[in-house]
Amino acid sequence: MPIITIDNKKVEFENGMTVMQACELAGAEIPRFCYHEKLSIAGNCRMCLVEMEKGPPKPVASCAMPAGDGMVIKTDSEMVKKARKGVMEFLLINHPLDCPICDQGGECDLQDQALHYGFDKSRYEENKRAVKNKHMGPLVSTIMTRCIHCTRCVRFSTEVAGVDDLGLLGRGENAEITTYLEKTIDSELSGNVIDLCPVGALTSKPYSFKSRPWELSKTETYDVLDGIGSSIRVDTRGKQVLRVLPRINEDINEEWINDKTRFAIDGLSRQRLDKVYIRENDKFNVSDWDSALNKIKDEINKRGKDKTITLSGKFTDAETIITSKLFSKGLGSDLYDCRFDNAQIIHGESESYKFNSSIQEVENADAILLVGSNPRWEASVLNIRIRKAFINNSCKIGLIGPELNLNYSYTNISNSLAGLNDILNNNSEFSKDFFNAKNPIIIVGTSAINNSEGTSVIKICAEIAKKLPNFSASFNPLNILNQDISRVGSLELAFKK
Amino acid sequence: MLREEDKIFNNLYGFDDWSLTGAKNRGVWSNTKEIIEKGSDFIVEEIKSSQLRGRGGAGFPAGLKWSFMPKDSGKPHYLVVNADESEPGTCKDREIMRNDPHLLLEGCLIAGFAMHANTCYIYIRGEYSNEASNLQKAIDEAYENNLIGKNACGTNWNYDIYLHIGAGAYICGEETALLESLEGKKGQPRLKPPFPAGAGLYGCPTTVTNVETIAVAPTIIRRGASWFSSLGRENNTGSKIFSISGHVNNPCNVEEEMGIGLKELIENHAGGVIGGWDNLLAVIPGGASVPLIPKSICDKVKMDFDSLKEVQSGLGTAAVIVMNKSTDIVDAICRLSHFYKHESCGQCTPCREGTGWMYRMMEKMVKGSAQVNDIDKLLDVTKQIEGHTICALGDAAAWPIQGLMRHFRPEVERRIKEYRLGEVA
Amino acid sequence: MKHPGMINKVYNISDETFNWSEDNFKRASEIIKKYPDSRQQSAVIPLLDLAQRQNSGWLSKTSIEKVAETLSMSYIRVLEVATFYSMFNLEPVGENFVQICRTTPCWLRGSDNLVKVAKEVSNTKLGETSDDKKFTIVEVECLGACCNAPMVQINDDYYEDLDEDSFKELLTDLKQGKKIIKGSQIGRQTSHPQREKNA
Repeated sequence: MPIITIDNKKVEFENGMTVMQACELAGAEIPRFCYHEKLSIAGNCRMCLVEMEKGPPKPVASCAMPAGDGMVIKTDSEMVKKARKGVMEFLLINHPLDCPICDQGGECDLQDQALHYGFDKSRYEENKRAVKNKHMGPLVSTIMTRCIHCTRCVRFSTEVAGVDDLGLLGRGENAEITTYLEKTIDSELSGNVIDLCPVGALTSKPYSFKSRPWELSKTETYDVLDGIGSSIRVDTRGKQVLRVLPRINEDINEEWINDKTRFAIDGLSRQRLDKVYIRENDKFNVSDWDSALNKIKDEINKRGKDKTITLSGKFTDAETIITSKLFSKGLGSDLYDCRFDNAQIIHGESESYKFNSSIQEVENADAILLVGSNPRWEASVLNIRIRKAFINNSCKIGLIGPELNLNYSYTNISNSLAGLNDILNNNSEFSKDFFNAKNPIIIVGTSAINNSEGTSVIKICAEIAKKLPNFSASFNPLNILNQDISRVGSLELAFKK
Repeated sequence: MLREEDKIFNNLYGFDDWSLTGAKNRGVWSNTKEIIEKGSDFIVEEIKSSQLRGRGGAGFPAGLKWSFMPKDSGKPHYLVVNADESEPGTCKDREIMRNDPHLLLEGCLIAGFAMHANTCYIYIRGEYSNEASNLQKAIDEAYENNLIGKNACGTNWNYDIYLHIGAGAYICGEETALLESLEGKKGQPRLKPPFPAGAGLYGCPTTVTNVETIAVAPTIIRRGASWFSSLGRENNTGSKIFSISGHVNNPCNVEEEMGIGLKELIENHAGGVIGGWDNLLAVIPGGASVPLIPKSICDKVKMDFDSLKEVQSGLGTAAVIVMNKSTDIVDAICRLSHFYKHESCGQCTPCREGTGWMYRMMEKMVKGSAQVNDIDKLLDVTKQIEGHTICALGDAAAWPIQGLMRHFRPEVERRIKEYRLGEVA
Repeated sequence: MKHPGMINKVYNISDETFNWSEDNFKRASEIIKKYPDSRQQSAVIPLLDLAQRQNSGWLSKTSIEKVAETLSMSYIRVLEVATFYSMFNLEPVGENFVQICRTTPCWLRGSDNLVKVAKEVSNTKLGETSDDKKFTIVEVECLGACCNAPMVQINDDYYEDLDEDSFKELLTDLKQGKKIIKGSQIGRQTSHPQREKNA
């Protein structure tokens, strides 16, 4: 392995790494604003400058410079300190000193790095620049005077979210970030720009002026609003949930979450079903738990076990599932199921309801067959991986189902079982590409299997999967994309009739 | 003084016919096929041994730059001609393009062939609408006469030349910004590496070269590298077009030998400084980006890359801006600071924020409404920009101010003191 | 520096439409052919220029969108380009778009006086359009004709070697609809050292 010397410390690095990544290996912290692991390299903030021996007589941007064997890098020399101080000062001269009223306060990269690398006072005596705020929709609030032009938001929306909505207009000191004619960001992932923004230029509109980060209790948990289960952190103050943020989980959501996950928390405190109601004559009457449970008991006794079915919902946890199952068994009944939507499975085959290939594997695919699924809405963070495959591997994507608005191009094969059979029989344009691919995968959505043809769909798809070159005893390219977080767990617990 | 027979640009002023007929009479396109048949290695070697240095400002050895192009990359190769002439003081490429466009086109074919390129784009600044019109007509003529296009000049080499017209951005004169612009984006410089010879236009091997550098190539090959290198001196060879502007009696473009004395250049060609040589205050010898030099240096300095470097300035584009004693020298530089603020692309922090700050401080220096220690602050800011930006615009914005303070600090201080006195009174 | 090419906003007239004229549609297709397949984005600057010429010297919302559609680009990417380059005007301009070079080489030879004259003759302020829509007067940075300073650009053409009197005459002629001659106003051959022809 090649070796690089960072601050007199020799470290081995992998070819293709940047100087910044090598510095991290050596434990040298490099400040940065524009650089982000998941986005393309812009190199525009100039905060990550380091000194390169035998290089040009000026510091180099470590985020963009490929690490080379034998390079000697200094990250704490006078040259570097001076460069950082200078950049820091430039970033601050036109940045408003409104930290006391800024929602980013306390978790602001600019604040933190100014403390470590900046001057202790300002030498700037001119008027500061003021930039008009831009409308970006109901979720993202903008205070554009704070913007430091790192373009993370532009790169995110173009590269990851796949919507060409954000841009940097103008030039020089008049450059400003905006959407086209201040339209709403047309993306299910727009909230991520709030996390990406290293300053308080883009902040959460619903969370505006709600709290300070140090007042919040942080609870690490998982999202339940789609079938993916993104890793999240729930920030609460007292019994109020104030915000939801993504946690990094390379296997599932990388470091993104969709807007539903992030912003659905208003439903916890507003118009919430927080009382017991009993329906009588199609009217809901307020009641209490004792009356309700008695009512249930009476109804079960009245109908008998053969006319009582236990159904679980979208968010039912496994403990409740087991308890419900025991309860039904106690009644002597096996009429229970988690598939309130009539989704079909092949009994005895757990691969007929699981996402078998793993989510991570999706980005390695070079051909994807979507069957009755709109991954953009059903699993937005999974859709990011499909888009990645599309961009990085020129992945070919075919769809069986109705026309969709996806952020990559795809072939609409047909909207019928016949189309699926054509693929099985290698009888269509797409099937040739699909069977010739190295890493093809199939993603079947619930709308394809929650009807009378559902079992056939799964069976045909399973047969196609078996014919694929990457199918093996340990790898099944067939994936069922459930929309409900509790579905697979409930099925694994055999909560089905 | 350059002898008439050693001049490369025989129709610099457009007295003669600029079209193909006129160009052919002047010897352009005369034995292009023979030159090309000598092979690309020969051409590159000849340019190398002529010691031609790029005429766009940086002065990088042209032959060496051409040799960076890979031999067989499996991708299309591109020659991109930088005709985005925007460096204040510079107006030489304009004359080549409107008065002798075929000289440039022949150069494009020969240089492009030497770089294994089949396609050439000429990126001309948008304001040069009449120049673009002449150049386009010349391209059309060249196609019609099979000088370019399929089997160009009967050499079996296919060569297309396209004119691409810009839209007003100084920064597009920076080679990677130019490539971005040519790809239909904002003209924001790219990070290097990768360098254009590896991944340039559309990710393919590309060389970006100034108009004058390309236009002199055919004559160098024709008359031999040794003829060219016999002009000027070691590493500063050949002849060069000088643009002389500002306080001279006869501002003009003129082709002269490298290393000509600045005083000789101004007096012999531009009719001298207005008010006489002793009325000279300072000269910016290489376009707005290089530091000015005061009269005491102008008296003796020679106009070539190394001589001007020795006096902490540069030859740049050889655009000589002359300022006599009637000049408000602080305002003259303040105007340049405004220029750089206006032309900063806004991509990287030091330039985006620093050019505006420098300009506003310079405005105060013009009036004198600053403090004396603000001069050091200003110089410190120039140092904070210099070397910390993605491209050289940051450096170019810093140097004129550094030059001003190096040579005219007493004048700046005098103003500040005078302004204070005025306030007290 | 107020300049219709240096603003970041789209001037929106709600009922305007923009469609390529037949000629310009052909021209646009020719321009696109200059670039390799699937690289049609390269044509965005020439096409914006074409649209601006068709639209009386400025780019409207619908003209920007038309260019985007012609090149299969998103609106924001085209708007980025339109706002970055100073030659794309984003609000209406007068019949004569007068750009006075203000950079040091022109300033040394009296460009400030030209500004004064322009304001006077057109009866308008810098960066603005006269009431009769005859003139838009702006200052611009170096136009690259420094050996013929001071100079101005009016629409496509350069007018060089000016002084207060000749510029006043030039603008007055323009105002009265008379023909004016481009290039050097002292009869000089391009940037030849001799100030007058046949001198």
